[in-house]
Amino acid sequence: MNSAQATETTKNKRMKTYIDTGKKDTRSGFGEGLTELGRTNPNVVALCADLIGSLKMQDFIDENPDRFFQTGIAEANMMGMAAGLTVGGKIPFAGTFANFATGRVYDQIRQSIAYSGKNVKICASHSGVTLGEDGATHQILEDIGLMKMLPGMTVINTCDFNQTKAATIAIAEHDGPVYLRFGRPKVANFTAEDQKFEIGKAVQLYEGTDVTIIATGHLVWEAIQAAQQLSEKGISAEVINIHTIKPLDEKAIIDSVKKTGCVVTAEEHNFLGGLGESVARTLAENNPAPQEFVATQDTFGESGTPDQLMAKYGLNAEAIIKATEKVLKRK
Amino acid sequence: MSKIKELEDFATQVRRDILRQVHKVNSGHPGGSLGCTEFFTALYQGGVMEHNPEFNMDGKDEDIFFLSNGHISPVFYSVLARSGYFPVDELNTFRLIDSRLQGHPTTHEGLPGIRMASGSLGQGLSVALGAAQAKKLNKDNHLVFALLGDGELQEGQNWEAIMYAAGNNVDNLIATVDLNGQQIDGSTETVLPMGNMKAKFEAFGWDVMEIEDGNNMEQVIDGLNEAKSRTGKGKPVCVLMTTVMGNGVDFMMHTHAWHGKAPNDEQLETGLAQNPETLGDY
Repeated sequence: MNSAQATETTKNKRMKTYIDTGKKDTRSGFGEGLTELGRTNPNVVALCADLIGSLKMQDFIDENPDRFFQTGIAEANMMGMAAGLTVGGKIPFAGTFANFATGRVYDQIRQSIAYSGKNVKICASHSGVTLGEDGATHQILEDIGLMKMLPGMTVINTCDFNQTKAATIAIAEHDGPVYLRFGRPKVANFTAEDQKFEIGKAVQLYEGTDVTIIATGHLVWEAIQAAQQLSEKGISAEVINIHTIKPLDEKAIIDSVKKTGCVVTAEEHNFLGGLGESVARTLAENNPAPQEFVATQDTFGESGTPDQLMAKYGLNAEAIIKATEKVLKRK
Repeated sequence: MSKIKELEDFATQVRRDILRQVHKVNSGHPGGSLGCTEFFTALYQGGVMEHNPEFNMDGKDEDIFFLSNGHISPVFYSVLARSGYFPVDELNTFRLIDSRLQGHPTTHEGLPGIRMASGSLGQGLSVALGAAQAKKLNKDNHLVFALLGDGELQEGQNWEAIMYAAGNNVDNLIATVDLNGQQIDGSTETVLPMGNMKAKFEAFGWDVMEIEDGNNMEQVIDGLNEAKSRTGKGKPVCVLMTTVMGNGVDFMMHTHAWHGKAPNDEQLETGLAQNPETLGDY
């Protein structure tokens, strides 16, 4: 049995069960995807700004030393070099922490990559508060907003190891700049190992009738836990995994909310500029509905363990359940 | 007619093009453009670069050029057009709505000859570096050229790129610095003195050479050919090229006043009179 696809029946005979096949970090999914690309696509090259271990790039480097560029602690130059490598037909994967992959180099990405239409893959690890103990200097909660505002930029935030690996491989086939966001901690690995990753295509995890829960990144597993607990309370939640924030699968969102009449969005990001606002805009234009935002509330993070931080900043299943109960009252 | 005289005539026409582009829309950057007229002429017309006006973004099997100080677009556009990249008449559309000739160069509208957007300063050398590394991976022995402004070297990203290029022996790259000593707020000496540029590049591990008069066609051609001969020897090559901002139009010379200012009708006539038509105006 493919455990990630398992459909064990729960007590209520309705809920599909998603099984954590063993906690793994999404950054290792990126590393494995990159290694596979090294073997299958000779045009793929990689760059890193002194964070090879953190980005799990060593296997790619060992197998393709000539196709790897260590730029040192110089992210601006790394982004520019990545743009230049595309002139010559290369497909550069530039990796560093999300903070240094976006805010630090926004104008380099804007002019040399996005406006110049370069086929660069910006690979951002350690996003959000779950970076943990290093604290707010390293925990960016604004990067989705920064990146989705750039014309032509595809923005992806994956939820587990398998999905990150699949996304890494898929974006090499997409012609254009991509921001791929993943994280540091080991989290549940529950999506299919052999999944086909389709950029811009929402994944429905549960069908439901009372509320739509739309989650991205690490919050997808929390949304699954929340839906199971809500089910026990007699609330039927539809859960959608949005791995691609831009271009957004608007049809999937509109169709679902037409049915349920309200929505909770969940993301490890500021509620300003994140997935929630993209969903709100989509619904405002097409099918206005009550919405609650599970996200950080215009704040910086702080030091702590990932679990402590997720709890303190309201980014877990419990927060999703509370938001659901609140939004249901507004229907 | 000697080859140098031919190139000087070409440059004279380019100076007319610069003045006329900027005058028509009452905006743009004539000063730095005029100062680099000989450099662009040498690259695209003087045999310095092997290049293909049947433009191909990848630039495989040809020398390629990146302009980092994108505000001197008028000289770039004129030389590209007169080198066959796009119709010379299109210079009439400089900075107008719906034009491919944006205020600063961009790939966005698909103008042949442009391989990256520039204008926000300090980014071009990194892009040129990446392209140079791609050439090495592709076993393409052609060169990558870049032009940087001197004031632009105040941007820190340049020094990341300068450190990287030497540290990684990127020896298929020739970066020319336009030393005109001027920037928007005044001379580089008054805005932010940058010290000894030659010593700085050498300290970073570059092979540095100088062109004393970057407005002397023969010196520019000889200097750039000398730079080419220094490639492939383990070091990136830096050409420190001294130019006069506004060169060829007497009232624009030796001042930062014409960095981003267009001539009025009378000033245009004066400037054009000093640069008689050689190849035919567009």
